[in-house]
Amino acid sequence: MTDTAAPAAKSGPRISGAFHRLLAFSGLIALVVAFSLASPNFMQTQNILAILQATSVNGVLAIAATLVIITGGIDLSLGTLMTFCAVLAGVILTYLGLPLPLGVIGAILAGAASGLISGTVVAKLKVPPFIATLGMMLILKGLSLVISGTRPIYFNDTPGFNQIALGSVVGQIIPAVPVPNGVLVLFAVALIASFVLSKTALGRYTFALGSNEEAVRLSGVNVDRWKIGVYALAGGIVGVAGVLIASRLNSAQPALGQGYELDAIAAVVIGGTSLSGGRGTVLGTLIGALIISVLANGLRILSVAQEWQTVVTGCIIILAVYADILRRRTL
Amino acid sequence: MLNRRTLLGAFSALAMLAASNGPAFAQDNYDIALISKGFQHQFWQAVKAGADKAAAEFGVKVTFEGPESETQVDRQMDMLAAALSRKPSAIGFAALDSQAAIPLLQQAKDAGIPIIAFDSGVDSDIPLTTATTDNVAASALAADKMAELIGGEGKVAVVAHSQTSRTGIDRVDGFVNRIKEAYPKIELVTVQYGDGDQLASTEITKSILLANPDLKGIFGTNEGSAIGVANGKQELGSNIVVIGFDSGAAQKGMITSGVMNGAITQNPVGIGYETVKAAIDALKGETLPKVIDTGFYYYDATNINDPKIAAVLYD
Repeated sequence: MTDTAAPAAKSGPRISGAFHRLLAFSGLIALVVAFSLASPNFMQTQNILAILQATSVNGVLAIAATLVIITGGIDLSLGTLMTFCAVLAGVILTYLGLPLPLGVIGAILAGAASGLISGTVVAKLKVPPFIATLGMMLILKGLSLVISGTRPIYFNDTPGFNQIALGSVVGQIIPAVPVPNGVLVLFAVALIASFVLSKTALGRYTFALGSNEEAVRLSGVNVDRWKIGVYALAGGIVGVAGVLIASRLNSAQPALGQGYELDAIAAVVIGGTSLSGGRGTVLGTLIGALIISVLANGLRILSVAQEWQTVVTGCIIILAVYADILRRRTL
Repeated sequence: MLNRRTLLGAFSALAMLAASNGPAFAQDNYDIALISKGFQHQFWQAVKAGADKAAAEFGVKVTFEGPESETQVDRQMDMLAAALSRKPSAIGFAALDSQAAIPLLQQAKDAGIPIIAFDSGVDSDIPLTTATTDNVAASALAADKMAELIGGEGKVAVVAHSQTSRTGIDRVDGFVNRIKEAYPKIELVTVQYGDGDQLASTEITKSILLANPDLKGIFGTNEGSAIGVANGKQELGSNIVVIGFDSGAAQKGMITSGVMNGAITQNPVGIGYETVKAAIDALKGETLPKVIDTGFYYYDATNINDPKIAAVLYD
């Protein structure tokens, strides 16, 4: 993947993000090796697939969060937007009985539309992203309950819906490694997002907005339009996460979702994306999301008490960000 | 026991690798993984205490995990998947969603791992038995006590903890249906949801009281809801009847002091204990009943110290 660090670093010489990615990646490898040595049950195909499955939804959400965070913004509505999209798919498929592709497309479009609204509120009404998306978080949480009739919606009448996340195209070709389709979706979203970031105008403006929005504005660029574009793209990606989680549970759970944005943001930060904007990569975020899943899974396999699992996860997040600060100070 | 577990946990967490697979007191080397609906909440800690008690008594190893909030169905799936990878002897499972876990439970069944459901059932015959409270009957008892305390007529309301979970639905239905069927002179004005959050439930209670000055009583459907209702009553200086659900130090204190008139208690310690015991029975090849009723009681200031009641209450 190309280096997408911002050109305008505030202090010291510009350094490549590759080093941090290497750091995060070696952290991931260290965790995998450590857990493999500690328990023979860790490095089993079934368990590795379980880890990837557990990463898929958070990974997709984290990629959406990465885009917004690179612009220097934040999106707190990710978790409840995911739920809203899942519930909308349920309404389209189960309540209205429409065909499967419409449910998937509807969920993704709803995500993009919500992102469009968040982006417009941020860009045009000048409401700070934290507040704008906090409001959206609550609006979507409430709307999910409204359109679902406050009950989980099951997809029992749409055979094949649960195959989106749980089925395995890979397993039909190589039966020994039934990688769930949800994981393929995650990788596809990652490829698309990193393509957009590194090869398109939208990607270039995403970084530019996070580095120095005023400079971009003064150079005559329609800042608002690009900003709204980023939020809409992130929303569409969240729609994909909504389809994934609904497919995995074979149901849309209207009360789920709040708090999931924090896990997504944690993955982004562990992956080396700066919360102050202008710097970050999709690959780093993917590694960050994997670190969170590997850590949770490994500690469970070792039967570590749950309260200590939480403590360790917190320590890793702080360590990861501290490593980032250290890197910027010393290099 | 608890200290030892905590220390072990601390050691293995900080050293990451130092801990080997499990404490040394296992006799049959049974390793039972309990996946609960929650963890921090005192109710689940009491279930855990019951499970730990059975673990010590029968000399087996028990682990206990649950998601941070009772809405996180997918997180619970991850926990179940990790537990399966650990290859335990048996699994105890309290389903957040009655259907979502079925593929994973099938995997466990195929691997020959017996499943015991606890607290909430699953829409499947894979679990050998379910250790649970009859929530509809328990809330109907709350309705009877409410009717008795307000003199059989007037307005009542419900502050509930969940619109989507089985316990939330059953407790609201149990109460509401009982009022409608047995007490025609009692009017149910509203059912509001505070997600079991004390503060949210307090605010809801205050708005209900301000909107209905002639309200006679409120039923709070779990610990957080009930405490919220009692706090709202105190903040407005109201004298309505409050009936709660579950126990916990705060709720017990409110019942002793009279802010809350009484509450229904389940038997969480019994749920944890019976789940582990059923798992061991299953591993020994014994047949189990379809449902293990773990019971419920109404308690108030007069019987809170009865040995029978005190044994099922928790702080």
